[in-house]
Amino acid sequence: MAKKTYADASQALEGLLFDGMTIAAGGFGLCGIPENLITAIRDSGVKDLTVYSNNAGVDDFGLGVLLQTKQVKKMVSSYVGENAEFMRQYLSGELELEFNPQGTLAERMRAGGAGIPGFYTKTGVGTLVAEGKETKDFDGVTYVLERGIVADLAIVKAWKGDAHGNLVYRKTARNFNPLAATCGKATVAEVEELVEVGQLQPDNIHTPSVYVQRLIKGDHEKRIEQRTTRVA
Amino acid sequence: MPWDRNQMAARAAEELQDGTYVNLGIGIPTLVSNYIPEGVDVTLQSENGMLGMGPFPTEEDIDADLINAGKQTITELDRTSYFNSADSFAMIRGGHIALSILGAMEVSEEGDLANWMIPGKLVKGMGGAMDLVAGVQRVIILMDHANKAGESKLLKSCSLPLTGKKVVNRIITGLGVFDVVEGGLKVVEIAPDVTMDEIKSKTEATLVD
Repeated sequence: MAKKTYADASQALEGLLFDGMTIAAGGFGLCGIPENLITAIRDSGVKDLTVYSNNAGVDDFGLGVLLQTKQVKKMVSSYVGENAEFMRQYLSGELELEFNPQGTLAERMRAGGAGIPGFYTKTGVGTLVAEGKETKDFDGVTYVLERGIVADLAIVKAWKGDAHGNLVYRKTARNFNPLAATCGKATVAEVEELVEVGQLQPDNIHTPSVYVQRLIKGDHEKRIEQRTTRVA
Repeated sequence: MPWDRNQMAARAAEELQDGTYVNLGIGIPTLVSNYIPEGVDVTLQSENGMLGMGPFPTEEDIDADLINAGKQTITELDRTSYFNSADSFAMIRGGHIALSILGAMEVSEEGDLANWMIPGKLVKGMGGAMDLVAGVQRVIILMDHANKAGESKLLKSCSLPLTGKKVVNRIITGLGVFDVVEGGLKVVEIAPDVTMDEIKSKTEATLVD
């Protein structure tokens, strides 16, 4: 078995980072984000990044830390409302931003990973999102052509993984992670628990090992954005 | 008295059909889940990857891996399933969700919706709203009748960038319930003590009988 496990995030990223590269990241808000890999990318100093991620973190956590250090040239996201520094950099012209509808972004990753260079969707027809893009009518309804994404690197976070790179996610921390995992030329995963080979149920694996080239076990803060409760 | 936000949410909850799958947007629409009528069983979809969304957790049940699309901590039910974001939007875009109740900045009399950005000012993004209005079978907007400046949010045409064109079926505001029909908006219900004259004076969109 080729060795896929690495001691830490920096070692797992060695040789994979270069200025101007594209990165697809899993996570929704701060839920299920690859915290350790983001920190290692920050520490590497790699710059001019284009990042495909549903959100951009908050000012001091998640992908927000790469915005603080100005390592990101362009974000492709569906919602960035939680990040004040992002808003500042964008409105001042320091940062490029491409808004993708959430389902379109997910499907772009899925398609790219599945060898599908483009697909037609109703989403965004008649809006800014469809401007400059090819449209086509099917059965009397207009659809817009969207492109699949293949990124130089994908970074994902799973709950459990084994040394082969099989991954299992937990609850809504799954989100974009399995899709990002498929669309990286190289995919690096971080897991909460690295389990013995054979411990994961083959029927219940969310990301099969073929998609994962490297993985690490990480410690996760798992910060909560909106702590909402009811009285018991 | 026009409806307050909770009364608007309660009115919107009357739109829920037994046995259906429903997506509630962020803001006033989230309140709708507090008013689901007795005997009506709906399954709530959260577009970050969950069917069967439960209530907010107690302090000891908080789970960082379990949030809704508004990033709030929530709980699961015995019917709950989890899935990835592409599967989530496959069920939305594929027309499998019966109803979406969303907030709005502007709605036009043709059913155009604007709720995702104010150029140069507010740049947050559309999240899943464009996919929802493109794919869900029925779209109901739940919003205040006027903006903070007191101007009608029901317009002849939207001035802000659109979320979707001709996508809205019904609008519920503090003043009443409006359907998007041929030629404009039709008033189908008026809030208590609100008059038709008041609605006419506070609505820019064309009202039709």
